[in-house]
Amino acid sequence: MGSMPNVREMIQLNISKNKNTSDKIMPKFLFVTASISILTTVGIILTLVIDAAKFFSSVPLAEVFSTNLSPLGANPSFGILPLINGTIFTTLIAMLVAIPFGLSSAIYLSQFASESKRKILKPMMEVLAGIPTIVYGFFAYSFVTPLLMKIIPSLEAKNVISPGIVMGIMIIPLVASLSEDAMNAVPESMKEGALGLGSTRLEVAFKVVIPAAISGIMASFVLGISRAIGETMIVAIASGSSKAFTFDITRSMQTMTAYIVEFTSGDAGSGTVGYYSLYAVGLLLFLFTLIMNLLAQYISKKYREEY
Amino acid sequence: MNLDVQIKNTAPLKNNLTLKTNPDNKGFEINMKKMKHRIALDKVSKFIFSLSTLVSLVVLGILIYRISVQSIGWLDMDFLTSNLSIFPEKAGIKGAILGTLYLMSIVIPVVCILGVSTAIYLEEYANKGKIQSFIKVNISNLASVPSVIFGLLGLAVFGRIFSLGSSILAGGLTMSLLVLPVVVVASQEALRAVPGYLREASYAMGASKWTTTWKVVLPVAVPGILTGVILSVSRAIGETAPLVVLGVPTLIMKLPTSIMDDFTAMPIQIYYWTLDTVLTKEYANLAAATIVVLLLVLFIMNFTAILIRNKFQRKF
Amino acid sequence: MTENVKLSSEVVYDVKDLNLWYGKDQALRNINMQILKNRVTAIIGPSGCGKSTFIKTLNRMIENIPVVRTTGEINYHGTDIFDKSVRLEELRTRVGMVFQKPNPFPKSIYENVLYGPKIHGIKDKKILSEILETSLKAAALWDEVKDRLDDNAYGLSGGQQQRLCIARCLAVQPDVILMDEPTSALDPIATSKIEDLIETLKNQYSIVIVTHSMQQAARISDKTAFFLMGEMIEYDDTNIIFTSPRDKRTEDYVTGRFG
Repeated sequence: MGSMPNVREMIQLNISKNKNTSDKIMPKFLFVTASISILTTVGIILTLVIDAAKFFSSVPLAEVFSTNLSPLGANPSFGILPLINGTIFTTLIAMLVAIPFGLSSAIYLSQFASESKRKILKPMMEVLAGIPTIVYGFFAYSFVTPLLMKIIPSLEAKNVISPGIVMGIMIIPLVASLSEDAMNAVPESMKEGALGLGSTRLEVAFKVVIPAAISGIMASFVLGISRAIGETMIVAIASGSSKAFTFDITRSMQTMTAYIVEFTSGDAGSGTVGYYSLYAVGLLLFLFTLIMNLLAQYISKKYREEY
Repeated sequence: MNLDVQIKNTAPLKNNLTLKTNPDNKGFEINMKKMKHRIALDKVSKFIFSLSTLVSLVVLGILIYRISVQSIGWLDMDFLTSNLSIFPEKAGIKGAILGTLYLMSIVIPVVCILGVSTAIYLEEYANKGKIQSFIKVNISNLASVPSVIFGLLGLAVFGRIFSLGSSILAGGLTMSLLVLPVVVVASQEALRAVPGYLREASYAMGASKWTTTWKVVLPVAVPGILTGVILSVSRAIGETAPLVVLGVPTLIMKLPTSIMDDFTAMPIQIYYWTLDTVLTKEYANLAAATIVVLLLVLFIMNFTAILIRNKFQRKF
Repeated sequence: MTENVKLSSEVVYDVKDLNLWYGKDQALRNINMQILKNRVTAIIGPSGCGKSTFIKTLNRMIENIPVVRTTGEINYHGTDIFDKSVRLEELRTRVGMVFQKPNPFPKSIYENVLYGPKIHGIKDKKILSEILETSLKAAALWDEVKDRLDDNAYGLSGGQQQRLCIARCLAVQPDVILMDEPTSALDPIATSKIEDLIETLKNQYSIVIVTHSMQQAARISDKTAFFLMGEMIEYDDTNIIFTSPRDKRTEDYVTGRFG
């Protein structure tokens, strides 16, 4: 066997020569790249806080919490309550759509539907979730609003109902799939116990499964709210930019997200109070969604029944 | 748990003795009536729930139908190959398509290198301890931050501090950060799915950890990683808000030639056209046509991702 | 371990007072044993007796489990493998391992066999193809696969895959081959092919084989060690272990009274 004896020597030579550089460098390089994700979070928090601080130092708190928002007016005023108000209303309407339809879909898919139906319906709902929000925005403005205007004559072209409804539809798959996961996680044995006693599927759903899965279901609602708060394009297009503080949902309102997008597309000069107001609103937005997400995690953990 | 199911007595026994719990035998009749109620209720509610499931699908259908109808006559080769114009009939999305392509030319490499490396670090190198869970929590939090905020980050860091303005590079970097969590999570799952005995075989032959990762683990994980990259790119293609915040211009006639140039992208065009539909009705058709192109691209990408996953993913 | 250490003539492994813990549970107790060159040494014992754990200490693969702790020495040709100066990569090229479930890489047969030589820096195509042919012949697989070296290894049968793993192991020209129940996942025909292979391999290599089949140990090994609950109860020539063992526990095991 001619070459075989050489192999051992060749390998030994290679090992003694090999300084193992790639093995020493790679873990360090990989760690650096993994830290980018932390850097990103730090970057977000830093830029928001620093520039928001500049805003709060130039604008008295009384003004900030006023309802007068006119950043580009002759006497600029930066009251952010109209934005919070707009966000609340759009989110409310969205959840009024998303929660009932989302939960019903989840109940149907997990408790009533046959396997063959599930296989078709579930992916189709996922498609709904994958559509870019700008498409929903266009849909809301060019189809839903005119349709609603026929039903509600006093409805304005830019209003809150239309984007609210469309946002709700967009969030249905999120609520549906998370709630469905929660309900599917309930052990079969619990359901069988109830069915074996002669319960109908409806009774099993409402008296056994939903109570057991309630933490996951509520978490899905909270995550849906978080999503609605952070949604931008649908409201930017369809609910307009009125900064009036009003409770009239047939009129235009501006959300926090739409404000950020509207202001920058109008070429915000760096260093102006208006520029810093973006970051103040951004900080608020970040905090709201962060709180919602933490709340969802908390609910999910705390109220989960141990199976 | 409130298991409120009533257990009434059953049919009378053969020798006509009923169970002592219900001596006057009335329970049986009431039982039947209630049961009919309950079954009817069950049927009705199943109907209602299935209807509400269909609602979302019906809306999806209406959406696709309406937008397709609005794009008829406007979506043709001229539309795809012409540049923007103040005359709607002459306007096209060549610039937007180019812009989107340039954007992805930044997103894809950045996301592959950063995202996959992070996943490799988390799965193969990190001690399963505090650092790993800290980074993991970080990534899942980043995944739920609204996209506008990434726009603000991009504006401050890439736009101002790095003076990249609203160039393709700035947009690409911002988008990369936005979709990074998608790639990291998908890659982690793909790496985790590689069976331990393959790594064992490699170590047993004197291979180092990096050699094992690079030559044995990664090749097996590639389909899953690729799927994650495709999904992240399809997300990035459809995102609008961060680009608007960065300051991407409303109307730009000059086609981009380098990553430092200003640009426009398909979702941005849809946005600006939609905003001005009141003034120029035809903009709605242009927006609809662009949406059709966008949705087709997304459909193809997602379909490819599913194909890759089904065809190349080895079941161990 | 450098070129300076001479290969001692008879003893390949000299294990001294080896103890091993998984966290708080002790899995190996005071193992003392000498493994000889060019012999087949079988390790038998009931499930959970520590034989797999023991064989994995010989190439320090056991340390892939984080909570493992050891005391004692394992001297390989005079050098304690637990010494800080020992490079694991080098140890494992001298001491190869074949696993219970065949684990070829999802690559071609060619890529599988040459994985070891390539990662250790051998690039010359002529040398590589010589190594390929020699290793596959030594593993009694060459005739069956010589026309389809580019085929994926997963297309082979279980027995063929295991012989491929052996060829892969042989390609780096080890000194010792550790086998952890190499035929337990195979059918009888494949098993007997591998047993024949082991008979021929022992002329060039020292083989340590863990087996749960006493018949297999009796058939192919020169020396046998009987493990029970982490201890090595008896270690002797195979025919002595199976015909006149000294310890009653050994006798009980080999006569089938338990295990």
